[in-house]
Amino acid sequence: MKKLMAILVLLSGVGLFAGCAQQQTTPTEPTEAPGAAAEQAPGAEAAGAETERGFAGSPLEDPQSPLSKRVFYFPFDSSEVSAEDRNIVAEHAKFLAANPNASVVIEGHADERGSREYNLGLGERRAQAIERLMLLQGMAKGQQQVISFGEERPAAQGHDESAWRLNRRVELIYSGV
Amino acid sequence: MRTILRILLVAALCSTGTAQAVLNIEITEGMEGALPVAVVPFAWTGATPLPHDVAAVVSADLARSGRFAPLALDRLPARPTQTAQVDYAAWRSTGAESLVIGRVRPREGGGFMVEFQLLDVPRSQQLLGYSIPATANQLRRVAHQISDIIYEKLTGERGAFDTNISYVTEERGADGKRTYRLAVADSDAYNEQIILTSAQPIMSPAWSPDGRRLAYVSFEEGRSGVYVQEVASGKREKVASYQGINSAPAWSPDGRHLALTLSRDGNPEVYVLELASSRLTRVTENWAIDTEPAWSPDGRALVFTSDRGGRPQIYRLSMSGGMPAGAPERLTFEGAYNARARYSPDGRRLALLTGEGNRFRIGVMDIETGNLRVLTESRLDESPSFSPNGAMIIYATEIRGRGVLEAVAADGRAHQRLGLSRGDVREPAWSPYFK
Repeated sequence: MKKLMAILVLLSGVGLFAGCAQQQTTPTEPTEAPGAAAEQAPGAEAAGAETERGFAGSPLEDPQSPLSKRVFYFPFDSSEVSAEDRNIVAEHAKFLAANPNASVVIEGHADERGSREYNLGLGERRAQAIERLMLLQGMAKGQQQVISFGEERPAAQGHDESAWRLNRRVELIYSGV
Repeated sequence: MRTILRILLVAALCSTGTAQAVLNIEITEGMEGALPVAVVPFAWTGATPLPHDVAAVVSADLARSGRFAPLALDRLPARPTQTAQVDYAAWRSTGAESLVIGRVRPREGGGFMVEFQLLDVPRSQQLLGYSIPATANQLRRVAHQISDIIYEKLTGERGAFDTNISYVTEERGADGKRTYRLAVADSDAYNEQIILTSAQPIMSPAWSPDGRRLAYVSFEEGRSGVYVQEVASGKREKVASYQGINSAPAWSPDGRHLALTLSRDGNPEVYVLELASSRLTRVTENWAIDTEPAWSPDGRALVFTSDRGGRPQIYRLSMSGGMPAGAPERLTFEGAYNARARYSPDGRRLALLTGEGNRFRIGVMDIETGNLRVLTESRLDESPSFSPNGAMIIYATEIRGRGVLEAVAADGRAHQRLGLSRGDVREPAWSPYFK
């Protein structure tokens, strides 16, 4: 993730630089958009185009990619992954297989109902259900770490199903991409 | 009969300079069968107000036990502070069986002397009287000791007011940052002292049998670990941080072993850790979630929660010398969800969390008969813990979106909210008698 951020910063830097350079060569049009300016100056074209796409080269950051979904929800006291989520989990596994330097923390969570210690176990069971699918789909052993927080770190604060359904979840947290 | 008695105490907290805190004690039900008593406000002759209202603390203690129904202050026919001032006929007309009167006076060289008498109203005689010295800091503690003396005299059983509780609080700052604290306080949740502060969750405090140490779970390293901390010194050590879950510590009655839950072998299993040698023995073996161990008071059994039957239920494992002796047997059959059991001090009952649909309440099960009695009426109760005399249970519940502590008599007769102000309060653990 850090590396990804670095790339984003770098890219936006290039874009800015391109804009500045253009401003220097065309001081009479200071408000011009970098993209438009780039058309006039061949050296800045690539930078302008990439900034406009707003996409940093990792499918994790592409809202159109199934990999942008990194939270999976579960029924009460269940660790069953839905059919739809299985397909998405498979995409994550393939991504990890293709990016051996990437790693992922699989965080398991539960809603507040029931006992806290049992929920800690339940969160782990949910995370392990996702982990198992990912290992089956090609993620290398060692790329992942399972951590359960039980009900201790809710995503939503309420005390009814509208919050509970958001809290019975597994989150994938990538690093090294 | 349903009596609602509301006592609002506004007390300036003791010398630590803490701002004023409001403790709203609400006794909402089940006063039936409770002994009517009267606790008259104690006399105080000093120039500045006392830091604590001793009689009010005593009255709240007695009410919380469910065994006593203190008269509301506006129903007291008189406010005697000396035995010579007591008009027994007037007190008999109130129905009060017992009367507590007392005085606080400044002591030479600083501090206070608290004197009180317990009077038998029908017989018009004194049952007992004591003088107890106290510093300003100790006034509440002395009040709890007075409650214990009265409780024991009138019920024949040892009181447990002069004991401690530990619990976890979570506070969310304006910036959304969470702060978790492990607290130790008096049995009525006053005199709170923080013994651990963390930006990561804290769980499952458990008192050692001598009351000197607390084992707990902390996520301070980004994942769960089990720690043991000396309460007085704050000195602590990490006793379990294996791969996976490290949680649910429970002291053996001799203080030499810690049962706990580890998932280092792939799924949550109960282990016994011998503290002196750090030797680990795995005592459950099942694909299920096995967790929340608790030792029987004689150390010869462990109960734990397992969903090996499909849903969480309580199982019991016989133990011999820290090793399992035989296969676990299922103890709970009533209710869809039973978890986090704690033994009563006499070993005959289990307090547990029992769930049906969306309601999770506190129940007490007679181990011999399997009969389960639900004690609470709310919907998100958790973490029951017996008082060391077995007469009361403290637990956590959610009220208007906030976690609070409540106490209930072990027979379900009285509920009392222990609602100190800050953040979400959860996972109370009642201390043993301090040895």
